[in-house]
Amino acid sequence: MPSLLEGNALFRGIYCWLAANEGNSGPGPCGEALRDGLLPVGWEWVAFFAAGLGIVMLLINVFLLLVMLYTYMERRLLGRFQARLGPNRTGPFGLLQPVADAIKLLTKEDLVPAGADRLLFNLAPIAMIVPVLLVLAVLPFGENSFLANINVGILFVVAVTSVNTLAMFMAGWASGNRYAMFGGMRAVAQLVSYEVPVVLSIVGILLYTGSLSMVDIVEAQRIPFILLQPLAFFIFIAGSSAEMNRSPFDLVEAESEIVSGYHTEYSGMKFGLFQLAEFGAVLVTSGVMATLFLKGWEGPVLPSHLWFLIKVFFFAFIMIWVRATLPRLRIDQVMDFAWKFLFPLSLINMFVTAVEVLVWEEPTLVQLWAMVGINLLVAVVGIVAFSFVFKRRGLSPSRVTPPLVVVEGD
Amino acid sequence: MPLRTEPITINIGPQHPSTHGVFRLRATFDGEVILDVEPVFGYLHRGSEKLAEERTYTQVITLTDRLDYVSSMINNQAYVLACEKLAGVEAPERGMYLRVIAAELQRIASHLVATGFLINDLGAFATPLMYCFREREKILDLFEMLCGARITVTYMRVGGVFQDAPEDFWPALKTFVKEMPIYLDEYEQLLSENEVLLIRTKGVAILSTETAINGSVSGPVLRSTGYPWDLRKADPYELYDRFDFEIPVGERGDNYDRYKVRISEMRQSIRILEQCMQQIEPGLVKTDVPLLLRPPVGEAYAHVESPKGELGFYVVSDGGVSPYRLKIRAPSFINLTILRELVIGLKLADMIVAFGSIDVNMGEVDR
Repeated sequence: MPSLLEGNALFRGIYCWLAANEGNSGPGPCGEALRDGLLPVGWEWVAFFAAGLGIVMLLINVFLLLVMLYTYMERRLLGRFQARLGPNRTGPFGLLQPVADAIKLLTKEDLVPAGADRLLFNLAPIAMIVPVLLVLAVLPFGENSFLANINVGILFVVAVTSVNTLAMFMAGWASGNRYAMFGGMRAVAQLVSYEVPVVLSIVGILLYTGSLSMVDIVEAQRIPFILLQPLAFFIFIAGSSAEMNRSPFDLVEAESEIVSGYHTEYSGMKFGLFQLAEFGAVLVTSGVMATLFLKGWEGPVLPSHLWFLIKVFFFAFIMIWVRATLPRLRIDQVMDFAWKFLFPLSLINMFVTAVEVLVWEEPTLVQLWAMVGINLLVAVVGIVAFSFVFKRRGLSPSRVTPPLVVVEGD
Repeated sequence: MPLRTEPITINIGPQHPSTHGVFRLRATFDGEVILDVEPVFGYLHRGSEKLAEERTYTQVITLTDRLDYVSSMINNQAYVLACEKLAGVEAPERGMYLRVIAAELQRIASHLVATGFLINDLGAFATPLMYCFREREKILDLFEMLCGARITVTYMRVGGVFQDAPEDFWPALKTFVKEMPIYLDEYEQLLSENEVLLIRTKGVAILSTETAINGSVSGPVLRSTGYPWDLRKADPYELYDRFDFEIPVGERGDNYDRYKVRISEMRQSIRILEQCMQQIEPGLVKTDVPLLLRPPVGEAYAHVESPKGELGFYVVSDGGVSPYRLKIRAPSFINLTILRELVIGLKLADMIVAFGSIDVNMGEVDR
């Protein structure tokens, strides 16, 4: 794994501190200065694992701290949007509120309902949080700062994040609660549907960059892709809101309808893990969006990590804003929105981008700006035309004749 | 091979975030579609009608506060009007004006709660609700000036009101009347043209005028079907024949019309308040009626237009100090009976919204 040793100062530091012996790796990446590693010859794999573990722990803990900060931010901002104050009692400006919440959740009784499938019930929160943390592995969060620059980076993100559909259905099914079951069924229907337009919206970007690696995508952005791919950005932010169960697509845990959806029966820290996964997903998705559409870590003057954080919290703010404003859609409207609105739009976007890439193989800056103009036009016309059709469809009568006969299978 | 499916039955309530109290709906679903609902209520039954038989006429006013606890003033008004009819007394003019002011303020407050919770049921994360409650707080502050209480007001008495409004009430009321239309515009800006709200509510849970009248439905739910029936015009009580106001009606009787009718009614209430402030003159607020009232033997029925519909009190006197029988015609209870016809065939999410748009108050349903 030479890229890690060369690209990541922290990793190199730990590795060399432990393993930089004469016989281990020669002069190698550690250079001449460090010649007194702690480990004997032949044990450098331990150093490799220790360095990896160290950096992963650091990353996850920093991420979880950021999630706590984000929950605080979300609650304060929602308070502001709703003409109230939000948490302001615990610590300075209420900053310790997430800590207080965590303590409360940890001390709560951990209940498992009598009718629950215990194994799946206990497994679901873990299956929910792991994909969120896994995405961090490929997310470049600063210049030369990433755990792995694998050549299928964005594909890895898409693959890993779709696992939480399974986690939600596990939770919904295993709870033995009908509200939870409703939530689980809705989760499967909704998340699987929105996977399609989200993935197709990424294809446009991949056509420009010609690479799936997250680092390559950032470096290929001479103009931020939010300008070059406005339609893809719209589809991505709408689709990923739906995948994260954010308003207006929060049907999976629609409070006024099905109480809490799939995590109705969870209490204590298992519930906390679900919440952590949901809030973490917002940050991770904002990170992916910043990488794909807003040049990731790149920016003038300020250090790259700070730029990345600014962009992440900018997107997170937009999501909070939407959450505070919009009512929820109905399940059939949500499915319509995915298949009849976002899906055709993403196909149009893909087609237009493909033609552009075919015509201008090595675009100059002027040609890039021409693409910006064309794509912006396509985005506006497409969205307006499709919303006109969608609105007319949405006004059709909502009542369906219920099939009163129960079909008995054999 | 056809897949085997079976309907599932869910108890929505008594503990559920959007049952507006303790209400239970036994709903049977085929997937998301409702096959049948059976409303079950009575969880909040306190026996108000029976309790009234053991209390004096004045003490019963406190019971009426607790019927529909978001429109206590109007409950007071309906009961007091029935008692006045029974005892043959009439309130002085200033007392009646104060009652009308209190009742119209209460109507705005109640419609604000209804609108806020309707949008909350639609899934907006409490933002419109908090906005509506911000204005409701101002109304409750006005009530506090009038009588010292905010929810359980007991402001009205047989023969007038408990006390005259203090000096600082009038400037506060004036500010409120001036500011409220701006706030209403703000709600409409946020909600009425909101695409999501439109596709969720327009054409959903349509109620026909025939069904509504056959179900004895009244109030905004009836008016949303296009039928202009408002007791303030149809059978003017107190001073309502002196005011110039309109009856807003809907077109189709869907969820959106029920929401819109309430918003328009708030605007009309503000018009009435403005006229009250111009017309009111100094004078007595209460005629001399003994606190321990003994009306002559007889019976009386008085009804008012409460925010939910026709609220009626039927009082029977045997000449004693407490009513022989008190019957309450609770509009929430009667409006609730059409819920089943409204929601069968709809989806779960729309059922919650339809229930919210009827705007029932369980304190009144169960009494």
